[in-house]
Amino acid sequence: MTTKQRTFTPAESEDARQIPVRVAEVQEDERFAVEDRDEPKVMSFPHLVLREAIALLGMSLFLVLLSLFADAPLEQIANPAMTPNPAKAPWYFLGLQELLHYYPPLVAGVLLPGLVVMALIQIPYFDVNLKREALWTAPRPGRATLVLLVAFAVAFLFNVAAHNTVWPIIIPTVVVGIIMALPGYLGAHGRLLSWLSSRSIPFYVFFWFLSVAVVLTVVGTLFRGPGWALTFPWREGIY
Amino acid sequence: MSETKETTLTAEREKRRGLMALLHGNRVFRSLFRHGLPDTNRNRALATFSNFFLHVQPVKVRLRAIKFTQTFYLGGLSLVCFGTLTITGILLMFYYHPSVPRAYEDMKDLQFVVSSGTFLRNLHRWSAHVMVALVFLHMVRVFFAGAYKPPREFNWVLGVILFVLTVLLSYTGYLLPWDQLAYWAVTVGANMAKAVPVMGEDIRFLMLGGTEVGENALIRFYVLHCVVLPLALTGVIALHLWRVRKDGGLHLPPLKGKGGEGDR
Repeated sequence: MTTKQRTFTPAESEDARQIPVRVAEVQEDERFAVEDRDEPKVMSFPHLVLREAIALLGMSLFLVLLSLFADAPLEQIANPAMTPNPAKAPWYFLGLQELLHYYPPLVAGVLLPGLVVMALIQIPYFDVNLKREALWTAPRPGRATLVLLVAFAVAFLFNVAAHNTVWPIIIPTVVVGIIMALPGYLGAHGRLLSWLSSRSIPFYVFFWFLSVAVVLTVVGTLFRGPGWALTFPWREGIY
Repeated sequence: MSETKETTLTAEREKRRGLMALLHGNRVFRSLFRHGLPDTNRNRALATFSNFFLHVQPVKVRLRAIKFTQTFYLGGLSLVCFGTLTITGILLMFYYHPSVPRAYEDMKDLQFVVSSGTFLRNLHRWSAHVMVALVFLHMVRVFFAGAYKPPREFNWVLGVILFVLTVLLSYTGYLLPWDQLAYWAVTVGANMAKAVPVMGEDIRFLMLGGTEVGENALIRFYVLHCVVLPLALTGVIALHLWRVRKDGGLHLPPLKGKGGEGDR
């Protein structure tokens, strides 16, 4: 039996059989493995799969029941000559359509939704208090007043660009500002205030965005009628 | 343990299991699922990672991560809606012609001629509304849990893209019945596109295939709704789920008493 003599050249090859030498380089690298804490684990099969099956069946049942008892709307055939009053988009766009009532289309239809999507995308990258440290560790009335002033300023700025008073933005903005400032004046007494004081600025900013979006959508969906005038669903019904 | 001893053990065990064991011993069944009865941890592990559909998930999960109140299963339930929408959508396509006035007549046929046509359309419509709501709630839940933080930044971005795609799918589908509701909702949206500076008119023209909502717009929305956007959504969902695993699994708040900043 003859052994084949090979020449060893220190090189890196993708085919280890060709050049049987591997050059190892220790490189710092990060992998995000599941942080392995001493916490109870179970086998995915059957524990997770079973839960998924139940969720699938439950959701399907819900959708089937909904479809059995509620019919999808179908109106007359499309008629470009007859504009319904009000002409409403699907509910998830009614927040935007409500904005159209206050701002020129450039602001309501392009600028604001574009900014919202951009703001959502940059959340994890724009390193403002990513650790989400508590806003209040002690009562600080001076800072609380500043928070209130900023809230009023934001509400004012939103109103300046509008040709109608933007109550659906002003009210949630001011309310969130007050909620945010409250623990700064009163301190963390009681469960609610201590919970509020331990929230971070990103929490409040998102909470504000959420409040404005919900108020706009609800107003646009339930409280707007012909000519986009204010209506009340319990009096005039939903348009 | 020698191989023969293991085979006799397995054989004995399977003898005791009755019908399920019979199934798992069947040659055809074994060609589909290569593992034996999932009554050992090894076979349970194989049930997960030797299955094309289940291998997306880890073999073992933290008990906290699969608790309903941890996530409310919002992402998974959105996926259920998407599945329902795909199936009902394909069935609806069998009855639908994207032309004027045929599209509207097809709606009437679904209502009065097709067996369970109304139910089919209802299921598609309501699943769409529920999906938009669930995807949004999923995003809110993820934000308040702080699950967007590094290393999950990019998966958050994918999530935002998925939300936008969901809304676009819903919006393009809204035109297809070609009734007053559809026509004017899309007109409102198309007029918003006109407000884009400089190229607003061009964007609107590209969107509608003309200067107003007509048959050209219908066929464009139909193709986007039935082909382009569902494919895009499927692709991004796959990426999104893959990233969940690669970024360290489901985000959970640190255990109590173990330090860490908690979630605010």
